[in-house]
Amino acid sequence: MTAPDPRPGEIGRPRPRAESRRLLAGRGRYASDENRPGQLHACFLRSPHAHAAIHRIDREAALAHPGVAAVLLWEDLASVCKPWRTVSGAFPGLASPTQYPLASGRVAWQGEPVALVLAHSRAVAEDAAELVAVDYEPLPAQADYRSALEPDAVLAHPAMKDNIAWTMDVAAGDVDAAFASAALVVEDEIVFTRHTGVPLEPRTVLAAPDAASGELTVRISHQMPHQLQLHLAEFLDMPMSAVKVSTGDVGGGFGIKMHVYPDEIAICAAARLLGRPVKFVADRIESMIADVHAREHVVRARMAVDGEGMITAFDIRDLHGLGAYSVYPRSSTMETVMALRPIGAAYRYGAWRAHADVILQNKAVTGQYRSVGHPIATTVTERLVDRAARALGRDPLAFRRANYMRPQDMPVTNPAGLRLLDLSHEACLDRLVELIDYDALKAEIEAENANGRLLGLGFAAFVEMTASGTEAYGRAGVKVAAVDTVTLMLEPDGSLKAAASVCEIGQGISQGLRQIIAEGVGLSPDRISLSLGDTATSPHGGGAWASRGAAIGGEAAWGAARRLREEILAAAAALLQCAPDTLDIADGAIVDAAGRERMGLRELAETVYFRGYELPQGVQPQLSVAHSWRRERDAAVPTNGIQASLVEIDAETGLVRCLKHWVVEDCGRIVNPLLVDEQIRGGVAQGIGAALFEACRYDGEGQFVTGTLADYLLPMAGEMPDVVVAHVETPYSGSVIGAKGAGEAGTCGAGAAVLNAINDALARRGASISETPATPELVLRALGRLAPEAEP
Amino acid sequence: MKPAPFAYHAPDSLDEALALLEAHGEDAQILAGGQSLMPMLALRMAAPACLIDINRIASLRRLEETDEALRVGACVRHAELLRHAASVPHWSLVAACLREVAHPGIRNRGTPCGSIALADPAAEAPALAVALDASIHLASRRGERRIAVGDFFLGIYETAREADEMIVAVSFPRPGADWRFGFEEIARRRGDYALAGLCAGLKVVDGRIEQARLVFFGVGDRPMRADEAEAILCGGDPADAQLRARAAEAAMARIEVSGSAEYGVAYKRHLAGVLTGRVLARLAEAGGA
Repeated sequence: MTAPDPRPGEIGRPRPRAESRRLLAGRGRYASDENRPGQLHACFLRSPHAHAAIHRIDREAALAHPGVAAVLLWEDLASVCKPWRTVSGAFPGLASPTQYPLASGRVAWQGEPVALVLAHSRAVAEDAAELVAVDYEPLPAQADYRSALEPDAVLAHPAMKDNIAWTMDVAAGDVDAAFASAALVVEDEIVFTRHTGVPLEPRTVLAAPDAASGELTVRISHQMPHQLQLHLAEFLDMPMSAVKVSTGDVGGGFGIKMHVYPDEIAICAAARLLGRPVKFVADRIESMIADVHAREHVVRARMAVDGEGMITAFDIRDLHGLGAYSVYPRSSTMETVMALRPIGAAYRYGAWRAHADVILQNKAVTGQYRSVGHPIATTVTERLVDRAARALGRDPLAFRRANYMRPQDMPVTNPAGLRLLDLSHEACLDRLVELIDYDALKAEIEAENANGRLLGLGFAAFVEMTASGTEAYGRAGVKVAAVDTVTLMLEPDGSLKAAASVCEIGQGISQGLRQIIAEGVGLSPDRISLSLGDTATSPHGGGAWASRGAAIGGEAAWGAARRLREEILAAAAALLQCAPDTLDIADGAIVDAAGRERMGLRELAETVYFRGYELPQGVQPQLSVAHSWRRERDAAVPTNGIQASLVEIDAETGLVRCLKHWVVEDCGRIVNPLLVDEQIRGGVAQGIGAALFEACRYDGEGQFVTGTLADYLLPMAGEMPDVVVAHVETPYSGSVIGAKGAGEAGTCGAGAAVLNAINDALARRGASISETPATPELVLRALGRLAPEAEP
Repeated sequence: MKPAPFAYHAPDSLDEALALLEAHGEDAQILAGGQSLMPMLALRMAAPACLIDINRIASLRRLEETDEALRVGACVRHAELLRHAASVPHWSLVAACLREVAHPGIRNRGTPCGSIALADPAAEAPALAVALDASIHLASRRGERRIAVGDFFLGIYETAREADEMIVAVSFPRPGADWRFGFEEIARRRGDYALAGLCAGLKVVDGRIEQARLVFFGVGDRPMRADEAEAILCGGDPADAQLRARAAEAAMARIEVSGSAEYGVAYKRHLAGVLTGRVLARLAEAGGA
């Protein structure tokens, strides 16, 4: 297929998003804006206990409350809905008990839905929920995962023999020999505290059954309506054709809105059971407690360096707190793998070994969250790399440069099993040195520190595996679409009507696809209407996950655009009685080789649609086309980059402020730099949040203590530094456009750069920390300014 | 997150409001700016049977300054008081303190009197009132009374206000020109409740500290005066670094501290010392805040 014209065209043009005007004017249509006549509002009664047996539920008083239509338990939903259990061929032996939309005799995490109260308003439903009397017998809760592996550990699920959900053991190369012969071994144990994605728009679902057609229409804030359609059809025993799922505008996903949630399934089942529309909008507390959490790990890692200063091996042990269940359908253990396999991926090394114990806990279920696992891998790697550079007295960037995987070393499958190609580590590093004016910045930091400030500069090189292909879940027998499709039609007025299987969740892919189609056909993107996120109108496909929109959806869009262009030119050539290859489409008109307009697209479309008799015999223009694209090689598309962060520590209070942050990344061919830059910046905000602020904390009884946004600290505008973004473009060699995933790169490396910057500053006082978020108390203790204390 | 059902009253006069308060007592909550009350209702941490919205009572919106005092009515917003204070040098502490109250949107609706009535130990306004030796004006059907701020705060969300009383105003006596004021708070994020904060005032006459007020918030269960540290300072020279260090040491060692799940007692104590040192250092020279 012809590649896009390298001259400036729509692909690569910094166009503002067409949707912005509507969204900023408050004209978005989010799921909570939708209402159906006769709808019931839902309130879930959620478990106050982390672990308890349920002996009896008395719902009489709640049912008698005025305005209440129903109080449902699992025993009611069981007639219309099946439970589910997470199994995956990728994680043999995965132990994750069956999950139910509402608790079945036992609750295994605080916040688990127990009963569903349906009333004519949410307020009434909340009033009535207080009247449901549940006889709980509290059970010991597994809340401290560090002791979860001990022989007498409290069991998260009493029917299981231990708390191990899954164990991973992977090794390649002679790790022991590498360590035995190492000139330097650096090691660290790094604690990562659970956090979550916190989309601005909470999870919301409105399920409406149609008694006449038997269909179930579901409006939901979601990243992948097609996948949910498939699961709903399975659980509710309906044909997929009778389940219609659409998203409308989605106010952020970050991976949070791509899982099967018990509460959402309960809503759809209740609508089926009662034959009435049911609406549920998660409030912020239930979002904090019941959205998937992520990234609870303690990673102990060692890195061997030889006498030449070259990294030779990694040896890693991970303890991963999974929560009460492995999330359906993808499995939370995907995070384990992606937290470990990318360790060391930016560098040439020979041997790699990882062991992970993945632990079930009486805590909220964890799942895939932006840059799945990678921030952990990056933090572990870059901490070790910095430790090695410091031990060797080398400049941290020089040490990285010497060890980088170079263009001549690729393509390669590294010892951890990652396929690496088309990466540009040195080019990114060169660009960063220029961007931060390294020598001047170092001098400035020295001068400020001599004046009594405590500044630190940290780096994090990263590799991120993006745009997962068909092997990621397909080989595991998990039904997750990794092929995407775009349909494209010429309208009578010469505009285009398109639909795609990728989804818009606020990241701007809708704008990106329009620019690709515009360039592929030869007209302005504002002449294209594109519908996404509706199973009734858009083809089956992946939705929004693993930064696939441009890398996979973009290829489908390009293919559809080129097909339609060919059809248009063939029809035009028949009408103009010339050869198709003497014609082109530019600015929405059919032009000849000299660029002279021969016919407008409207004129052509009107001829085909309204005056078909004018076409020669045998000419049947296909002005509706569909194009699907699956990548045929490389399980994922690797991307790379490097980030730098400048922080200041207040050595008296322990507070850390991020003063400036830089990102140089290579997401291959950039479709729209404005979109990419803002994706990077947003991702950096979440990385800085992880490094400095965000923590889902439980007490020893498994009680969640950070349920409000006053307790769960997100970085706000006041905490965000300027984020300077620059790019190196190394197109992916396995696709036509050459785009790679861009949406998660900011998160992938930001936290590691911030932690390294903190440790660069602390090193001046002989201190270091190995835990995130870097709370002021941690920092002060490291500085020896605060005695360790036992009290909370 | 929807409030439990409640009755809503919006009286036009103070008399009506007080009659409602007398009738409902403990079951009633006064609604002024609502910046704490509304979230507490939504979280069902508070479930009063009735709300008495005092925003229609014109007399409560008055902000009056005389030679003696600044009287702030119950419906005066943080932002209004901040604007006024920022224009007058003798209210430098008020301005410095209110600038750190949450964010502009909250300051536009929230009220100093509401904050004082709620008595959140991490809030700025109660500590400000203590530091400036304010008086709290309480009204009920039984009449009006004025209570010294030192007697008002009893514990977390606990005050000397009776169930049938409401705060109608707080008055701050105008400090003399020989007072120097300083303020600082430490928070993880801009606009958050403080991990610890300090409102400080020193009356300095002929280079000697005659009176000292060091009032911490976010540290104990109410605004806490550091009595020992204040005693150390009195009679000393504010420019004496050793004196300041001893005061900071005393504040750190002796202040009554309540820890929280996230921040331990030792850390809060440490911050009390840091704040004392920093703020007093700024008060070494005349000027302050």
